[in-house]
Amino acid sequence: MNGFSLSRWFGIIGKEFIQLKRDRLTFGMIIGVPVMQLLLFGFAINADPKNLPAAVLSADNSPYARTFIRAMENSGYFRGVVQVAREDEAEELIAHGAVQFVVNIPENFSRLLVRGEQPQILVEADATDPSATNNAIGALQVLAATALARDLAGTLGAAPPSPAPIDLRVHRRYNPEGISAYNIVPGLLGTILTMTMILMTGLAVTRERERGTFENLLATPALPIEVLTGKIVPYIMIGLIQVGLIFLASQFVFNVPMKGNPAVLFFVVLIFIAANLTLGITFSSIARNQLQAMQMTFFFFLPSILLSGFMFPYRGMPEWAQWLASILPLTHFLVLVRGIMLKGNELPELWPQIWPILAFMLVVILLGLRFYKRTLD
Amino acid sequence: MNAGTEFAIDVRGLNKHFGPKHVVRDFSLQVRAGEIYGFLGPNGSGKTTSIRMICGLLTPDPGSGSGTCLGYDVLRETAAIKREVGYMTQRFSLWEDLTIRENLNFVARMYGMKHRREAVDGALERLGLQSRANQLSGALSGGWKQRLSLAACLLHQPRLLLLDEPTAGVDPKARRDFWEEIHALAADGLSVLVSTHYMDEAERCHRLAYIAYGKLLATGTAAEVVSSQKLHTYAITGPNLAPLSTALRALPGVGQVTPFGNTLHVTGQDDSLLRAALAACTSDAAYRVEPIESTLEDVFISLMAGATDNFVEQ
Ligand SMILES: Nc1ncnc2c1ncn2[C@@H]1O[C@H](COP(=O)(O)OP(=O)(O)O)[C@@H](O)[C@H]1O
Ligand SMILES: [Mg+2]
Repeated sequence: MNGFSLSRWFGIIGKEFIQLKRDRLTFGMIIGVPVMQLLLFGFAINADPKNLPAAVLSADNSPYARTFIRAMENSGYFRGVVQVAREDEAEELIAHGAVQFVVNIPENFSRLLVRGEQPQILVEADATDPSATNNAIGALQVLAATALARDLAGTLGAAPPSPAPIDLRVHRRYNPEGISAYNIVPGLLGTILTMTMILMTGLAVTRERERGTFENLLATPALPIEVLTGKIVPYIMIGLIQVGLIFLASQFVFNVPMKGNPAVLFFVVLIFIAANLTLGITFSSIARNQLQAMQMTFFFFLPSILLSGFMFPYRGMPEWAQWLASILPLTHFLVLVRGIMLKGNELPELWPQIWPILAFMLVVILLGLRFYKRTLD
Repeated sequence: MNAGTEFAIDVRGLNKHFGPKHVVRDFSLQVRAGEIYGFLGPNGSGKTTSIRMICGLLTPDPGSGSGTCLGYDVLRETAAIKREVGYMTQRFSLWEDLTIRENLNFVARMYGMKHRREAVDGALERLGLQSRANQLSGALSGGWKQRLSLAACLLHQPRLLLLDEPTAGVDPKARRDFWEEIHALAADGLSVLVSTHYMDEAERCHRLAYIAYGKLLATGTAAEVVSSQKLHTYAITGPNLAPLSTALRALPGVGQVTPFGNTLHVTGQDDSLLRAALAACTSDAAYRVEPIESTLEDVFISLMAGATDNFVEQ
């Protein structure tokens, strides 16, 4: 007589759907947030930034060096190449972000060049935004091979020197891993899901509490498990819509490869969505009002973004931070999605990242049921 | 239901603290089956808290008191109680972003009703709301919200109704209709516990309980409550009643002095002291002083004043 009732459960799901449908703002946010973030992040990543500020620290004032600098400007990737005289000056420019590159041309550049001894040019790149610098660095590599070909042809005769006349060394600063767009679009999938799933469900029970409708719900025979899970289901569907949008964009707009099995990806996404929803519902039954639920969401969201490997490379963090990060579902999800999309991993290889998410979910739902108040105390 | 239970509600010695605040003290209440029981008291006196304890929405302090509701234990059998009680909250607590029909339908589902469609249609028809069934309930006026709430908590055919200030903010005509419906329901055997502030509503109840600052001060029929307080009341008519009431209040034996239009009701518990005070102030022949029956209102005002005094002493 007191068991789980499917009819009641469907009643709660149905009610949640109707309310969602009527709450235009929330509904708009659920669809709008991923689209907007994709446009903002995705295109920022995918763009081929040109006209980047650069400085040249040249100890050699030969025509060769000048040709190289002019060629940099002509490539379109570099703008207003400034000449600096001292190393600390160059350091300050790059540290403050006034320039994105410092090109160091050594003292004996032209002498070595003429002798065919491959003088070294050191390029320091501010790689905090790696996507902004990668193409420009590529362009520099080409320049190193070709820019001086004509000048040298006169000096050294017809035979173009091979290998390249210049040994170009790139020093990526601030972000040695140089995360690429391929890494970021799947990462966005995880962060957007974390954000919207936890927030939306976090508000679900607290909203009822604030509006006083919770008292009515409590006065009925509805069971906590029916209320909690009934409120989750509509958001699973919403999460899937978000995933669909992001996945389509990743394929057709950003051309991220999809090496793995879409069914495996779907399965993993479902687990991840469920984990976030249980956390949201649990927040919702612990928090006293919507503001608290919101604060809890952000309290969880920030470490997820910062520690999961979305922002900073996971392996670059100290051990305690890695340990903390390994609790967060997003950390595992990022590895899973990158593994499936970029490496074509299958379930057996993925399992070590799947079970921690399941374990997280189990603990959280137990907490949620423990804190769900059957009374108004 | 246990055989031979004559009480719809029978609780004894319930207490409730919120933090250090002792909100309900030793609360005992017996409501007979088929009875309309009025529950009165000033704001914040613990009416809502008591009702919530009866229907299992609040747990009474552990180790204090016990009781039954419809024969079920109020501490342990709250699930069974919820199935058979209709509870109308003080504040409108249906979903404002659902339509009238959706609200009724949802409530019917929560109670696992078999013939949901018929029940909802029937309720809409009784309400006279078929034509507006698809309106959002948040758009309804106070009186309609109240009727909708009542319909929603009657949907599953409960045996006991708990109504928490159901007529607050509702116009007199709607209040009258509401009470007619309550009496009709009680005549069909439904038991009703209703909290209210209105004296006329108190007089429509079969029996009453008066609570102030968490303490039950009086219970019984209206007549019993009045006579139990052994209050003496005099009505004074004449000129300049305002200065007279100030003078009277200063004298011993005078409990309450309350103006009612052109008369002044003076109450007190010690008749001889009260008469002496009246004699001292109304020697002027322009004043007419006559003993009258104490009304429920006189009694409640006196009870409330007494309770405030107790509260201050603590
Ligand atoms: N959930 C709660 N937490 C803390 N205090 C409460 C809570 N509910 C009610 N109270 C306090 O208990 C007292 C009685 O409240 P209530 O039962 O609502 O009175 P009434 O319904 O008679 O106006 C009030 O002082 C109120 O502030
Ligand atoms: Mg109240």
